Amino acid sequence: MISVQNLSKSFGGFCAVNDISFTVKPGEILGFLGPNGAGKSTTMKMLTGFLAPTQGEVEVMGYNVSDDPVSAKQVLGYLPEGAPSYSDMTVKASLAFVARIRGFRGAELEQRIDNVVRQVELEKVLNKRIETLSKGYRRRLGLAQAILHDPKVLILDEPTDGLDPNQKHQVRELIRNLSKDKIVIVSTHILEEVSAVCTRAMILAEGRILFDGTPSSLAAKSEYHNSVSIHLAKDAPGLIDKLEALSGVSQVEQQENGVLRVLSESRDSILADVNKVLHEMSCQIDELHVDQGKLDDVFRAITGQKEVAP
Amino acid sequence: MNPLRVILNRELASYFATPVAYIFIIIFLMLAGVFTFYIGQFFERGQADLNAFFNFVPWLYLVLIPAVAMRLWSEERRSGTIELIMTLPVATWQLVLGKFLAAWLFVGLALLLTFPLWITVNYLGSPDNGVILGAYIGAWLMSGGFLAVGSCLSALSKNQIIAFILTLVVCFLLVVSGFPIVQDSFSGWAPLWLVDGVANLSFLTHFTAISRGVIDVRDAVYFVAMIATWLYATALVIDHKKAD
Repeated sequence: MISVQNLSKSFGGFCAVNDISFTVKPGEILGFLGPNGAGKSTTMKMLTGFLAPTQGEVEVMGYNVSDDPVSAKQVLGYLPEGAPSYSDMTVKASLAFVARIRGFRGAELEQRIDNVVRQVELEKVLNKRIETLSKGYRRRLGLAQAILHDPKVLILDEPTDGLDPNQKHQVRELIRNLSKDKIVIVSTHILEEVSAVCTRAMILAEGRILFDGTPSSLAAKSEYHNSVSIHLAKDAPGLIDKLEALSGVSQVEQQENGVLRVLSESRDSILADVNKVLHEMSCQIDELHVDQGKLDDVFRAITGQKEVAP
Repeated sequence: MNPLRVILNRELASYFATPVAYIFIIIFLMLAGVFTFYIGQFFERGQADLNAFFNFVPWLYLVLIPAVAMRLWSEERRSGTIELIMTLPVATWQLVLGKFLAAWLFVGLALLLTFPLWITVNYLGSPDNGVILGAYIGAWLMSGGFLAVGSCLSALSKNQIIAFILTLVVCFLLVVSGFPIVQDSFSGWAPLWLVDGVANLSFLTHFTAISRGVIDVRDAVYFVAMIATWLYATALVIDHKKAD
């Protein structure tokens, strides 16, 4: 269990993290979302004991990170932002270094390295110097050193940044497949990643928690949640008026490509009602689907920013 | 193997993973030769000792040791690996000490490789090998002092050049504070305790004392205290600046 209480961090006069508190239980995969400079990395650095908090306490699996940093670091695996590594070492030497510091020796050390190398597919570059590796390999090496000791708590700062779509998928699979009694905290810019991987999402902006809930409850905040998109094969005059007259419908948007978007007032499902209307008017339909809502829109609405970093 | 040993081994290996180690050793040995035989006039002096070499060691170290020390922390901070290593279960003091010891052993190795000088002088005459051993020990202790200063100043900056220059300047001051010229400039007006204090701070004063073959506990304590103080300062600086 991770417990964070009234955690704050300021640099000079700038307050990067502003009095946040939360707990994370084993089995949870928590996604940190937020614009650049929201305090995600700073929070992670305090969780891992790299940065000392200005105020507040962090406890990781019962160890206070400020009072007993070495014990806390033993149960932690951490991938820092940008996955830094010693560029003049080979992949194997670098993993062996981390394994030795973590106290593994002999056969077990070899076994551990073999396991993670297979898990993140580093076999091909095992004896290459890190400075010659691509960004994707470096990121995977960073991930390998973080999971090498099978930590109870895994903290990953933008684990899929710089990876191609296949590698992204692979890393997400890896995170999902970690055993179920772990705590995983992932930070990301990519909103779809949260619904793909996380069991819990937290939106940070300007050092505060603005949202904390499941990814689906986050999506439910979208005005497009449970909206119905219809593409008609043939024009049906009067359909829009009829749809707008339905009690559950707040609005019908007509989009440029001819798609009608029927928005739900309460964000509950309105499919049955819409379907009934379509039947009554015997409309011919090309396409009909229910939207879950775009996380991007919710994210923008919550963080109050026009642009979301890619 | 405790974490300190693991750190030490990695650091030591990293010197030899790049040409840095070889270049350092070659230049150190070349300069040692030039100083000893040309400037120090080893043959012309006609004395069976290695003073021609050891007189120049402080100056050799002044230029070369900051080059070894500058990468100790600057590089870690610049490349971000400091975040990797400081989130592993290692205490800060183990890191500081491990890195320092690796550098100290490396510089010690370079010093040992000047052994042909010792063979030469023993071949040509019969020197007092006790004095020579003392001078070697003194030189190694002094290199530890230089490195500890460099470790601390390297932690201050992400830029290796800045670390190099700062170390060079501070070490220069620490060497010349024992110089007769500096001493004279103080002795005219300053109270005696200040003159002695400045002289006692100097690497040179203590190194000269040891290299005469008399290993006084006070001189050894001076270097050990110097190293401990600067390494303690390193740990403080690291904890303060690591995330900048």
